[in-house]
Amino acid sequence: MAEIRMKPVDAVIIGFGWTGAIMAKELTEAGLHVVALERGAYRDTYPDGAYPGSLDELTYLQRWKLFQKMSKTSVTFRHSASDTALPYRQIGAFKPGEGVGGAGLHWAGQHWRVHPEELKMKSHYQEKYGRNFIPESMTLQDFGITYEELEPHFDFVEKMMGTSGQAYCVKGQVVAGGIGNPFEANRSDNYPLPPQKTPYPAYLFEVAARECGLHPFQEPSANVSQPYTNQYGCQMGPCNFCGFCSGYACYNYSKASPNVNILPALKQVANFELRCDCNVLRIDLDRTKKQATGVTYVDANGNTVMQPAALVIASTFAYNNARLFLLSGIGKPYDPKTGKGAVGKNVAYQTMSSVRLFYGPGKNLNTFIGAGGNGVALDDFNADNFDHGPLGFVGGGPVWCNPTGIKPISGIPVPTGTPGWGKGWKSAIKDNYINTASFEVHGSNMVYADNYLDLDPTYTDSFGQPLLRFTFDFKDNDIRMVRYITERMQQVARAMNPKSIQTSVMQIGDHLDLRPYQTTHWAGGVAMGADRDTSVVNRYLQSWDVHNVFAVGSGVFPVGIGYNPTGLATALAYWSAKAIREQYLKDPRPLVDA
Amino acid sequence: MPLGISPARRAFLRDALAMAPAAAAAGTGMLGATLAKTVSAAGAPAYRPAYFSSAEWTTLNALVDRLIPADQLGPGALEAGVPEFIDLQMNLPYGYGALWYMHAPFVKGASLLMGYQLEFSPRTMYRSALAGFEQAVQALHKQPFNLLDEAAKDALIADLEHGTLRIGDVPPVDFFTQLLQNTHEGYFCDPKHGGNKNMAAWRMINFPGARGDYTDWVEQYGKHYPLGPVSIG
Repeated sequence: MAEIRMKPVDAVIIGFGWTGAIMAKELTEAGLHVVALERGAYRDTYPDGAYPGSLDELTYLQRWKLFQKMSKTSVTFRHSASDTALPYRQIGAFKPGEGVGGAGLHWAGQHWRVHPEELKMKSHYQEKYGRNFIPESMTLQDFGITYEELEPHFDFVEKMMGTSGQAYCVKGQVVAGGIGNPFEANRSDNYPLPPQKTPYPAYLFEVAARECGLHPFQEPSANVSQPYTNQYGCQMGPCNFCGFCSGYACYNYSKASPNVNILPALKQVANFELRCDCNVLRIDLDRTKKQATGVTYVDANGNTVMQPAALVIASTFAYNNARLFLLSGIGKPYDPKTGKGAVGKNVAYQTMSSVRLFYGPGKNLNTFIGAGGNGVALDDFNADNFDHGPLGFVGGGPVWCNPTGIKPISGIPVPTGTPGWGKGWKSAIKDNYINTASFEVHGSNMVYADNYLDLDPTYTDSFGQPLLRFTFDFKDNDIRMVRYITERMQQVARAMNPKSIQTSVMQIGDHLDLRPYQTTHWAGGVAMGADRDTSVVNRYLQSWDVHNVFAVGSGVFPVGIGYNPTGLATALAYWSAKAIREQYLKDPRPLVDA
Repeated sequence: MPLGISPARRAFLRDALAMAPAAAAAGTGMLGATLAKTVSAAGAPAYRPAYFSSAEWTTLNALVDRLIPADQLGPGALEAGVPEFIDLQMNLPYGYGALWYMHAPFVKGASLLMGYQLEFSPRTMYRSALAGFEQAVQALHKQPFNLLDEAAKDALIADLEHGTLRIGDVPPVDFFTQLLQNTHEGYFCDPKHGGNKNMAAWRMINFPGARGDYTDWVEQYGKHYPLGPVSIG
């Protein structure tokens, strides 16, 4: 029983990252009294991004000041159900965030849409490659929504963030001489700002890729190329390429974040309240279990509080929504033995590889220059942009040279054979720090019957609640996919004419290694879809089981995609908010018949 | 004879090292000019460790001196203040393991792929491992680590790195990983944290530190960046 009971509000939002902030803005515009609960601390450009104190690699990228407090909570991992899951004790492979702005405060700012066929992976692959092409253990599903339905929301988010890029095709017409991405889907409008400048490593990549017959383009960046004011009146300053991007709050209002792009407008309205250091324990349900009555949380003083609300928005980070639903008893938990149930099903990561090019002294690539979303990319190997028929795997990924600013503690790349310490190491870092380029393959990661989320039986957080357990490993399909793309990209590496090339790519049979940083792009766990047996939320992101609960974030993806998830997750949040405003609020009910 | 240090200088250093923590900062692997600078610096007030004991301090200094030795390219770990940095870190929440998930149960013998699974905080790890390491060295060489020659020292560090030297309760690879990580941190951090003294490590690799604005440099392809580093302080 909660110690404190608050006055009822119209809507409570759990987690104040990108999707929580979008929901707060949309629902307050609709006149609702909205309370947002964030488990972490208040964060803002001042003081968290203040110059010069913010440009501190030790504090922000080694002591993780803006990231999740691992001492309070974490997750557990096991490669398969025959293992015992162990806690993720130190930040390594992925960097969970917390605090106002969430991961959206300290992300890099690579801002993408989606390839239309990724929204219907299952039906697309079956139609094009035949029913037998998809392996039986690969549990692909369609989103239940089309790119055309989402397009206006992709457009709105780009304008909300000030995304700086060049469109290829606007309203069916190729624009700007076709210098954009020829693989991107049709758009209703261009980006709000032109692309950022291209640093030297990305320029070399672009020239080489073009020489090899590929189609490089300046990638769309949420680090603005010019001063900008968005639809909400929020202001941004042009990015200085300071190189302290991912992991940091931007000191210059250049990187789009909920704090810069939405919160200033929200602060102006009386019907919005943000409560920090409030950790939601569960969504409370009535006796029928078909309606939420609000949420129970622990506040900054350790009191247990019940916040009644007519509408509950679950906007925790990615996989955490699955945990929230499991702890709250919403939806049927996925059972890997029977394949029944959908909460926790279909968790996806990304399958990464990297190629480093060493030039040695005198090249002056000046790798300290960078911005998180900046660089040159190519989509020739993403989604179904290439013929999978003879290759025998599903999926693909974008490839990019993304100079974000390399800082010394996090690891200066050195050529193969360099000792890890001592005189030889020292000589190598001096010769190579500013003379090394790199590019990455950001491969998709398919979903499988035996990769899933549930509650750990042993480990708990500091509130005594079970941690989320990942049963997850990389599978042959995805390793073959990333090896194929990485091999195809070797020609680009050679065309960049370095002294040596160093490639890091998984071998068949390799397992997830939780130690080295890979990416924080997790998806899945509360899949959206058209079929209530295989999804947790419907096409409007409304729970099939509890109609006044909506889930947002990458947790609703039923499959992983090639691009970074923020663009799709934020567009889906606006799409869901529109359905709430136009359909749900006037007549609260399930919006989709099962 | 490696590194061009005369036997007389080497003997001087070895004796100095045995005597006091301040002299330990001189190390045994440095060349001419750097050596002279450090020996004279040893006359200045020495850093007194707040966490490490005198014996631990000697071992720690000797270890990091080999991980990043001083040479003509740039500062070594000692000159950069790495031991001082590590000592300061031990009294911060990080040192107590407050940045890690440290709930039980702890499982021994876990796959390395699962990441860190030990019960040690940085403080307790150093306390156990430094003593355990010296015991192992004593058993093998009948001398403390800091009195060995460079080749012997490097061979022992390689044993830690490859997990072939038992040092008591802390698995050697975990200790090596922790030590190397803290050494890099202390070598390259902003000087406000007590390491990277005078930003010499940044200067060596041409990293401009907290400059924060490269707008005019983005498109100057291949041009050497001429400005030195700046720090936050």
